[in-house]
Amino acid sequence: MSSYLEANARERLFALLDADSFYEFLPPELRMVSPHLGQLDAPVSFDDGVAIGQGRLHGECVFVAAQEGGFMGGAVGEVHGAKLTGLLLRALRERPYAVLLLLETGGVRLHEANAGLIAVSEVMRALLEVRAAGIPVIVLVGGSNGCFGGMGIVARCANAIVMSEEGRLAMSGPEVIETANGVEEYDARDRALVWRTSGGKHRYLLGDCQMLVADSGAAFRQAAFDLAQESHANAGNIPLTLAALEAEQQFLQNRIDRFGAAADPLDIWRAIGVADAAQLPMLEAEAFVAATAELRLGV
Amino acid sequence: MDWKNLTAALFPDGHTVIEQDDFLSGTAVVDGSTVTVIGTTGHAAIGVEIALLQAQAILATVRHHPQQSIVILVDTQGQRLRHRDEMLGINSYMAQLAKCIDLARRQQHKIVGLVYDQALSGGFITSGLMADACYALPDATIRVMGLPAMARITKVPEARLTELAKSNPVFAPGAVNYLHMGGIEAIWDGDLARQLAAALRAASPQDRRSAAGLQRGGRSQAWQVTQAVMDYAGPP
Repeated sequence: MSSYLEANARERLFALLDADSFYEFLPPELRMVSPHLGQLDAPVSFDDGVAIGQGRLHGECVFVAAQEGGFMGGAVGEVHGAKLTGLLLRALRERPYAVLLLLETGGVRLHEANAGLIAVSEVMRALLEVRAAGIPVIVLVGGSNGCFGGMGIVARCANAIVMSEEGRLAMSGPEVIETANGVEEYDARDRALVWRTSGGKHRYLLGDCQMLVADSGAAFRQAAFDLAQESHANAGNIPLTLAALEAEQQFLQNRIDRFGAAADPLDIWRAIGVADAAQLPMLEAEAFVAATAELRLGV
Repeated sequence: MDWKNLTAALFPDGHTVIEQDDFLSGTAVVDGSTVTVIGTTGHAAIGVEIALLQAQAILATVRHHPQQSIVILVDTQGQRLRHRDEMLGINSYMAQLAKCIDLARRQQHKIVGLVYDQALSGGFITSGLMADACYALPDATIRVMGLPAMARITKVPEARLTELAKSNPVFAPGAVNYLHMGGIEAIWDGDLARQLAAALRAASPQDRRSAAGLQRGGRSQAWQVTQAVMDYAGPP
């Protein structure tokens, strides 16, 4: 079983897609590098930290992007963001079965802060264009850098998210919160707390991700295909609809009403009826899903 | 600028905008038509509640007032930096706001954003940057982070960053830099009401920011790389 966590961006794509089917757009040979990093004497990467292209998933044509956590934590700069936006706009034209985004990122690349912020905004709007065209967008989160910042918002604009337990999905990192409001607010070195708060299991229980899988390329592959199929089975809900957003609004309001006073994710797990909440972090993905699938919130 | 002075200047034909816990909402008359107004004030930290309040106001407009234009007034220090917000999944709440704005656009609502005080990262990306076009007042502060913090993180001396910022708008805060990069459509000075009316008339659902960034010399690569992806030969 190959670990998704330990794989780099292209290794993940090879594990995800049908054998020998990945075809890269703007491969590293073209040396599309950031125009900003050099001025800061920071290293550049010939793909600016993201691989994009197309391939086949159980025979279906899919468009894919994989962020490389090994380069600046997968952060989004001007070129990196434009590659993602270009992929999404190309999907509008060529209409693949689905777009799969393998996100591993700290969010905006601070070395090119302003350009990165606008770039993430452009990705967000392009993603919603793709959904509006009836093409499902599925996000995969299982890299060691998690999915943070503006890209954490982008992830929740997709049709569905699949995570591993090791994946983290959030907005601000614990270090940022600790720096701003002190260690009593959020102890960034308390790894168990960090995982309870932003890890795949908590997101699955809250309903912010739709599938929780083991840390393997094969598990992510099957989950991405299942979620794309489910999206097509309910094709009217691939684009945003007023009814779906009104339901989401109520869902998110209920979460504040029920859990807004909770001090720790453990309180939330107990409140939804998990019998032995303290043991949840110990369970393997399969056993965890078996124990909680009926209790978790969301659809 | 104080939000009361701002709304008085933007809406001389009348408005009902009120503030509650830094959340602004109401309606106003622009060009003889009613518009929905939402926004934040007091450099609001965007937590789960205020994100959801803004989303609710957008949804109500889409549900009850088809095609009514929407004005988003931006003054935020960014997302709220609390463990509780992260535990509750604040990215989902901010995404809900972004998605509601996007739905409104697709249902023919025109949407204009205005940064009238400050705009930072997460609070901006799901408000002003989701509008058809976003404008700013001359004194507006727009940034991801200031140069001192950037110097710490990038380990580049602040003096060097300050020097680089003179020629490259990606580094330094400021409305003018965002204008050059296409993130801000224009900076308003003088008659705000007239400029808002013109902005609503000109609002387009097309995202033209990367092309504007190229034309204005602030982002040389964004549009070109996007096009290069589109033009790259497909598999044989």
